[in-house]
Amino acid sequence: MDLYDWLLFLHVLAGFAIVGAVVVFAVLLVAPDPAVLRLTPLARRLWDTGGGGTILFGVWLALNRPEYEIWDGWVIAALVLWVIAAAAGARFGMGYSSAIEVGRPPERSLALYGAMTLAVSLLLIDMIFKPGA
Amino acid sequence: MSVAVIRPDGWDLALLVHVGGAMVLVGSLAAVMTSLVLSRRDDGAALTRIGFRTLLFGALPAFVLMRAGAEWINSKEDVPDDPSWIGVGYSASDGGLVLLIVVTVLAGLAVRRLRREGGRSPGLVTAASVLIALTIAGYALAIWAMTTKPD
Repeated sequence: MDLYDWLLFLHVLAGFAIVGAVVVFAVLLVAPDPAVLRLTPLARRLWDTGGGGTILFGVWLALNRPEYEIWDGWVIAALVLWVIAAAAGARFGMGYSSAIEVGRPPERSLALYGAMTLAVSLLLIDMIFKPGA
Repeated sequence: MSVAVIRPDGWDLALLVHVGGAMVLVGSLAAVMTSLVLSRRDDGAALTRIGFRTLLFGALPAFVLMRAGAEWINSKEDVPDDPSWIGVGYSASDGGLVLLIVVTVLAGLAVRRLRREGGRSPGLVTAASVLIALTIAGYALAIWAMTTKPD
């Protein structure tokens, strides 16, 4: 295994963590039960690890490969989508962390979840289709 | 050069279905395992139920997507001599399906006992959690094989 293989593996693994967080957040959203709120730390850890891993290893991959450049359109699109997803996901997660103390789910979380899920879905599509590459 | 770099555009949709399904599958299993582990506390009935529902409505449909995407892209790729990374993928997929069915039955029995007798089933829940951990470990190996593609 060379450096590219390791970077790609860790980048994809981080992608699994991000989508995993979206799934766990969905469980929190559809099951507004105080006991289910205990899944919040799992969702937040997956989100933080996946978010950090995708950006770190993703940028490293773009710099590592001669056929990719950090200013390629699909890479810039990914960076913008990552920022949108990170902002929505962080606010959504914080809302649920506060909800653990109150014992009930936060209000008005559906829009944030929608923004986070849409951004992550578009990120995955962008990563696979690489438009313009 | 990696296959991922030279992949033809025509494979992209199949790969999206395969990878997207796999990501939702692993995320669902992480949610189910944590739900079942946490359900061993006194207020865990809701967590046992949500774990079972996540298996039914998250993990199992995601498995179908992942596997359908795998067959689709395999038919397009037509890789000669079936290299070991494809073998690892199929082993993880087939073994994972068996474990997924067993875990769904165990979690379903635990939910049924909750509904009928109001009692908890720590044995069933523990067995299901361990099997899910094994399944996730197998999928982690498959992710490694799929991304690094060893001969």
